[in-house]
Amino acid sequence: MTKVLLQIDGREVTAREGMTVLQAAQSAGIPIPTLCHHERLEPYGGCRICVVEVEIRDWTRLVASCVYPVEQDLAVTTRSEKIDRTRKVVLELLLARAPDSVALLDLAKEYGADSGRFRKQASFCIHCGLCVRYCAEVKKKNAVGFIGRGATREISFIPEIASKECWDCKECFPLCPTSALQAAYVLTEALSSSSPSFRRTPEG
Amino acid sequence: MNSPAELEQFRKGILLKRDPDKPGITLCCGSACLASGSGEVMASLEEEIERQGLSDAVDIRQTGCHGCCERGPIIVIRPEEICYLQIEPKDVPEIVLQTLGEKEIVERLLYVDPSTNARIVHESQIPFYKNQQRHVFGSNGSIDPKSIDDYLAIGGYSALTKALSAMTAHQVLEEIKKSNLRGRGGGGFPAGRKWEGSRNAPGEVKHVIVNADEGDPGAYKDRSLLEGNPHSVLEGLIIGAYAIGAHEGYVYVRQEYPLAVENVGIAIKQAEEYGLLGGNILGSGFDFSVTVHQGAGAFVSGESTALMTALEGRAGEPRPKYVRSNIRGLSNRPSVLNNVETWANVPLIINEGADWFTQFGTEGSKGTKIFSLVGNITNTGLVEVPMGITLRDIIYKIGGGIPAGKRFKAVQTGGPSGGCIPEELLDLKVDFDELTKAGSMMGSGGMIVMDEDTCMVDVARYFLDFLIDESCGKCVPCREGVRQMLEILTDITKGEGTEGDIELLEELSAVARDASLCALGATAPNPILSTLRYFRDEYEAHIEEKRCPALVCKELITYHIDPVKCQACMICLRKCPAEAIIGGKNMLHAIDQEKCTKCGTCFEVCPPRFGAVQKLSGEFLPPPVPEDARIIVRRSKEQ
Repeated sequence: MTKVLLQIDGREVTAREGMTVLQAAQSAGIPIPTLCHHERLEPYGGCRICVVEVEIRDWTRLVASCVYPVEQDLAVTTRSEKIDRTRKVVLELLLARAPDSVALLDLAKEYGADSGRFRKQASFCIHCGLCVRYCAEVKKKNAVGFIGRGATREISFIPEIASKECWDCKECFPLCPTSALQAAYVLTEALSSSSPSFRRTPEG
Repeated sequence: MNSPAELEQFRKGILLKRDPDKPGITLCCGSACLASGSGEVMASLEEEIERQGLSDAVDIRQTGCHGCCERGPIIVIRPEEICYLQIEPKDVPEIVLQTLGEKEIVERLLYVDPSTNARIVHESQIPFYKNQQRHVFGSNGSIDPKSIDDYLAIGGYSALTKALSAMTAHQVLEEIKKSNLRGRGGGGFPAGRKWEGSRNAPGEVKHVIVNADEGDPGAYKDRSLLEGNPHSVLEGLIIGAYAIGAHEGYVYVRQEYPLAVENVGIAIKQAEEYGLLGGNILGSGFDFSVTVHQGAGAFVSGESTALMTALEGRAGEPRPKYVRSNIRGLSNRPSVLNNVETWANVPLIINEGADWFTQFGTEGSKGTKIFSLVGNITNTGLVEVPMGITLRDIIYKIGGGIPAGKRFKAVQTGGPSGGCIPEELLDLKVDFDELTKAGSMMGSGGMIVMDEDTCMVDVARYFLDFLIDESCGKCVPCREGVRQMLEILTDITKGEGTEGDIELLEELSAVARDASLCALGATAPNPILSTLRYFRDEYEAHIEEKRCPALVCKELITYHIDPVKCQACMICLRKCPAEAIIGGKNMLHAIDQEKCTKCGTCFEVCPPRFGAVQKLSGEFLPPPVPEDARIIVRRSKEQ
């Protein structure tokens, strides 16, 4: 693997070709907040909390560090007024959906995000997609997926698959930054409880 | 056909069989004209021509969209090029008898110039067409899109033979680069550079794709081009594939465009039969095949990476990767995606040369551009004009201005992600860069004209409402940001806006613009930012004075009957669906504001000579006239 030398917050960082800026920063111990990132999953670029500034041809641009590939001599800034403001608004937007999420509240403190700034429409899910992607990429079961589009998009378990696969797995539960996932599961379970295929207990 | 010479021989054969002086009648059967009844007109034409025994003497041709959709169905009789508008089946016998039989013109069906009242016989002399430059769209009106022979008869596929037999792939690429053709689908990225990137990218298998996922409200130029002249798009695609070294192509077309799907499918089949698609095209050794993929109609799928994801069979969501799709696109292979109109320009450039192409347009935007001219405009339709023409010329010279004596207020260009341009910028020279400078964009060429009765806050709200459903919902700035912006705009139009709303909109806009995953989110704030830039006072009037200056926002207007003007004619009283109008014969009418649903019926039905019903906003309602003072004694009764 070719080595790539880049600058993060003025520090020289050595990375391997093919790494993302986020990975390079993490390997150098430079913190960048994330919500939809998981090291076992393909980069997603959904939450945008990991935005950083990169300088390309004397032009500064905001990019998602979890999907932006490292380049030789790339200059990256991980904290600036613009970055912090963007993260703050992203947090405030998410807090309108999941006002009690501990993961969000912790970050909100750091970035001065005001959870009451936007009109609340609590759905609890912040669409990080961790559950959906974990189930698809690691477990290869696709028992939970996204349905709908735009503002009405939500996660949902697919009863036919969930009834067979989920009862002894539930590995996605601890990934969820809110309580939405478990709620969705309970809902699916309740809706399918009349179905004989939904095994609540191991068959003995 | 196995060689360019054989194709030319075949073309000669077609032309020999065709008598240029033989009367021909062309009827527009584009989607707009079909909706206005051209299907019925066609049926009566066939019947009448047969009845009058002219079947052998006259050619009938169903064509694609001619452009002047406002006045469809359109008939053009050749070779004289006599143009009849708004044809109904009942007009057909007269047309056949008089014009085809007796060579007489049916005066009443001609275009009447509203300024001079003169009747205009020839299509090309009608101001709507006269002021256009229809290089790409012009053939639509003269060929049957289902006939490859028609396309060959107008010189079709001659650019392909030229490219394959007389030019190397590199030369084709250089010619496109030299022409500075920019993508007609949105961003205006130089097509030649995109092609070059793919050509030089590593990988054996490469793709070319036609983006026919036009989804902006009011835009239909790609649809009409694909419906009316599918071979021109295919020819451009094959030439592009040759230049890039691609052997597989796709047409991504929305399934809501059934005629476009049908016609491009027929075109591909015919091109295969003629040896213009498939293995060893015209004996050149170049292989290329095309597949049609029907999209499920998602606006976001017009975004290039989302479209490719959809082509791969997954949900149409944009890719988060910062790698250009011409390097790693469809199935991670180099893929060139261009808009329908971009591909249709390619044969012209190859045939006529880049120098010919660059004589039209401006420094940074060459050639012509097709626009869908809609909204409060006299001549709704598709227009093709050289880049650099002013908005004023498009709207007034070609579009015929604003109907009903109303005043122009703004034009929205570039679709939902574009912006509104105000009256003071009517002399703006329309090209990619000037539109962007004005806070809007070229987009896919939508132009929605708005008159004085349009509320700009409501317009911004409308577009955000469109986008919130069309966002894929993956990234936060777009999904949540657009939702909150829409909430704020809705509040403002309801009179519930508060101080600080404008600043909050600006803050959310900045985050959506800078941090969204794809161009849909990044440009979603444009309707807000451009209306704030030019019509900030309207936002302020809504928020501070609870007043809608254009008298549009329902919650902010009140209907009132002026007691001085009311003639107690009973019309509004009878028509009011909410029974909110009190009064009677000889008793002045008044509106019971408690019952009024603000549907506007009374305003519409009050005879203009009285003009007694008014819309008020931000004003105090005059006190009601006391019951006993509302009785009117008519002069005729007094005598």
